Amino acid sequence: MTTDLRPADSQTLRDMVAMLADRKAATEIIGAGTKRAVGRPTNAEYLLDLSKLAGIREYEPNELVMTVGAATPLWTIESALESQSQMLAFEPVDYGPLLGGPAARGTIGGVLAANLSGPRRFKAGAARDHFLGVEAVSGRGEIFKAGGKVVKNVTGYDMCKLIAGSWGTLSLMSTVTVKVLPAPEDTRTLVLHGQGVDDAVAAMALALQSPHEISGAAWLPASGETLLRIEGFPESVKARLGATQALLAGQGREQFVLDAGESRARWQAIRDVAPLRAPPDRPVWRLSLPPASAPAVWRALVGPVGDSGYLDWAGGLLWLAAEPTLADGGAEAIRSTLAAHGGGHATLIRGSVGLRSGVAVFPPLAPGLEALQQRIKANFDPNNVLNRGRLGTSA
Amino acid sequence: MLRMPEPDAKVLARRAEIAADLCAILPAESVITEENQRRVYESDGLTAYRQLPMIVALPETTEQVSQVLRYCHGNNVKIVPRGAGTSLSGGALPLEDGITLGLGKFKKVLEIDLPNRCAVVQPGVTNLGVTQAVQHLGFYYAPDPSSQIACTIGGNVAENSGGVHCLKYGTTTNNILGLEMVLMDGEVIRIGGKHLDADLYDLMGVICGSEGLLGVITEVTVRILPKPATARALLIGFPSNESAGDCVANIIGAGIIPGGMEMMDRPAIHAAEDFVHAGYPLDVEALLIVELDGPKAEVDELIERVRVIGEAAGSVSLRISNSEAERENFWAGRKAAFPAVGRISPDYYCMDGTIPRAALSRVLNRMAELSEHYGLRVANVFHAGDGNLHPLILYDANRPGELEKAEDFGADILRLCVEVGGVLTGEHGVGVEKRDLMPDMFTEDDLKHQIRLKCAFDPKQLLNPGKVFPTLHRCAELGRMHIRAGQMPFPDLPRF
Repeated sequence: MTTDLRPADSQTLRDMVAMLADRKAATEIIGAGTKRAVGRPTNAEYLLDLSKLAGIREYEPNELVMTVGAATPLWTIESALESQSQMLAFEPVDYGPLLGGPAARGTIGGVLAANLSGPRRFKAGAARDHFLGVEAVSGRGEIFKAGGKVVKNVTGYDMCKLIAGSWGTLSLMSTVTVKVLPAPEDTRTLVLHGQGVDDAVAAMALALQSPHEISGAAWLPASGETLLRIEGFPESVKARLGATQALLAGQGREQFVLDAGESRARWQAIRDVAPLRAPPDRPVWRLSLPPASAPAVWRALVGPVGDSGYLDWAGGLLWLAAEPTLADGGAEAIRSTLAAHGGGHATLIRGSVGLRSGVAVFPPLAPGLEALQQRIKANFDPNNVLNRGRLGTSA
Repeated sequence: MLRMPEPDAKVLARRAEIAADLCAILPAESVITEENQRRVYESDGLTAYRQLPMIVALPETTEQVSQVLRYCHGNNVKIVPRGAGTSLSGGALPLEDGITLGLGKFKKVLEIDLPNRCAVVQPGVTNLGVTQAVQHLGFYYAPDPSSQIACTIGGNVAENSGGVHCLKYGTTTNNILGLEMVLMDGEVIRIGGKHLDADLYDLMGVICGSEGLLGVITEVTVRILPKPATARALLIGFPSNESAGDCVANIIGAGIIPGGMEMMDRPAIHAAEDFVHAGYPLDVEALLIVELDGPKAEVDELIERVRVIGEAAGSVSLRISNSEAERENFWAGRKAAFPAVGRISPDYYCMDGTIPRAALSRVLNRMAELSEHYGLRVANVFHAGDGNLHPLILYDANRPGELEKAEDFGADILRLCVEVGGVLTGEHGVGVEKRDLMPDMFTEDDLKHQIRLKCAFDPKQLLNPGKVFPTLHRCAELGRMHIRAGQMPFPDLPRF
């Protein structure tokens, strides 16, 4: 495949988008391209590859901010942060291997554009919560900036939030500023073995209602494990681990503790959906739901739709691999189940071209919201150039 | 003084008719037309600006809000939404030809959902009221602006309010899950719920902090957190602003994110101590309050680490709280800093810029020069952890020209914040106060893109016009694409 448009600076990017807008040309936008297989397949005329807009521009560890080219690889950012004992607290996910590609190739722009966050989401916030400032080019072929390079700012609309999660359909980021935070000095994971979904969700809720600052809570039915992560200063980790063990005494058939190295490996696997990688022909759904609804939703879907899945975010995130034989990949059953149990939304993260062409990959919206979203799209990209059709709506 | 958009004479002429129409939607006592009753709403926390609203409407249901907005949309009547009216930037400043829509009757806590760790409240519930509704369960609502006794959740969403704990716990935008909102045309939309993250475009993210320009919020689902097990504070005095600034940088550099980290300069320390007698040292140039919260083992460990960092940075006095009473006493002076400054000057003007912390001494030195230039004193309190600076400019409104001088001084301070890489406002909002400074931070194209977002929500620009943006552009004009045919930069572009 040829890569045609590869701007190396934001002025060139602007000129290219202006030209594409003039031609009303459907254009696919990529950074490293690790998430190209998410969304409705498009028939783009042009490919706009932003990978040259990369590099760390400013990094001030004491200010807790970093400014980078939007296509800077995450591993570049994370190794710079690691040298200063800092991190991106939202735990950027890597769907590369889940989608059949290599690991560790994604860019910061990609993870922000999709607003994808790992297990620490419920405590530390989402990708969008760490997105402080942006220089971008809208579908009008104009450069604009928003936000700033400081952690606290309410000057003007928070346009970073609009761009986060818009999957490249409103504006193309050229430079982004993100908030960075100190990395925990120590990590432990308490494992409760042998819990069913009700006991697991109840145990996770109890732990999260305690002041022990749990930073990860997942249930992996395949191995029968409920995992609770505790991070921070060593003295604190020790004390909170003890308190959490006391709180959950007697829960599960047995309990044990994972050390820092094992913890990191386990949570990375949970973050990157490793349990559902194989077999590769299964459609994979990502459901965001009220955590207390998880047991009912789980029971309604596991069996009829698919038999492998797991919970993250203490039940607020449900990953489900559907049977490949279902015509709609389980879309209807999943979405009506969510609607019947307190709401939430489901996105098809992995699916065949055929499936993605036929079902709503992204959550269908209520008519009023859909219309509002269309108006936003029309204001930022009037000629519908950027990732046309990817969201599956006319946007 | 700032100019507001020209009032619409046609609307003003129809005032009585509009009031009568509103009485068909709302109970008559919820439509306020008497001048002495409207007077209550003429100003918000930015008291230098006053304007009598044309009419005040006080709906109490979402359906009523929807009907009022639909009516105003159809009749081209402007709306200014208002919570408790505590905005420090004039966000709720009325319009001569506009209806002030007060949400004060929406004050029910609708649901406390502990298993999902959230609460559903109406927008007129006070910020502190949310915490009070859940504290018996060991929970609280994290954002805590200093006006929390009075300010409402709806206003907090509009302004994306913060507080002294937001470096660690985030501002409003990081702590809400769902909204019900009425658009200017009367349409009621629901965004989010009890789950995390937007389904597609993050509308909640842009509504939060939109200063009442995108819609009227009628319900909010907030996240609630378990109360930290312990909190302890250090009170550290320094011989210079530089050494205090170094201490702050070194605390963050050591990987410590305190629950709160506040700095006061000499004038602020003296004003506060004279007022509340908190026992602050008076022979220091800068005072830091560093509060650590969390599990006891962690707090005890970090108190010790911060003590070592403080001493290494050259502290001349250092106290550690050993009881709740002592911790609260450390805070007493800081929390009373604004009224304390109010005692030493007939009036004060509170500014709100954010700077990269490394620029602190440069900014404070330049501010001292400006203080001399304008002949006005200034006291500084500073959310040191996140670089949010609150200079308090002391002036006397009864002296002709002094308010204008204070405003010019304030504008210079905010330009200075932008010049060193910061922003015009960290938490008080743009409102009318900083509206005309927006071009100092944003280009014309930057602002046009913000206004285009506004156009998607409110194409007739009837919601809170005259706030945030220095120029009103017509949406139709902003929507046009400028065709550049004939001057294509890449005429021979290959396709794939």
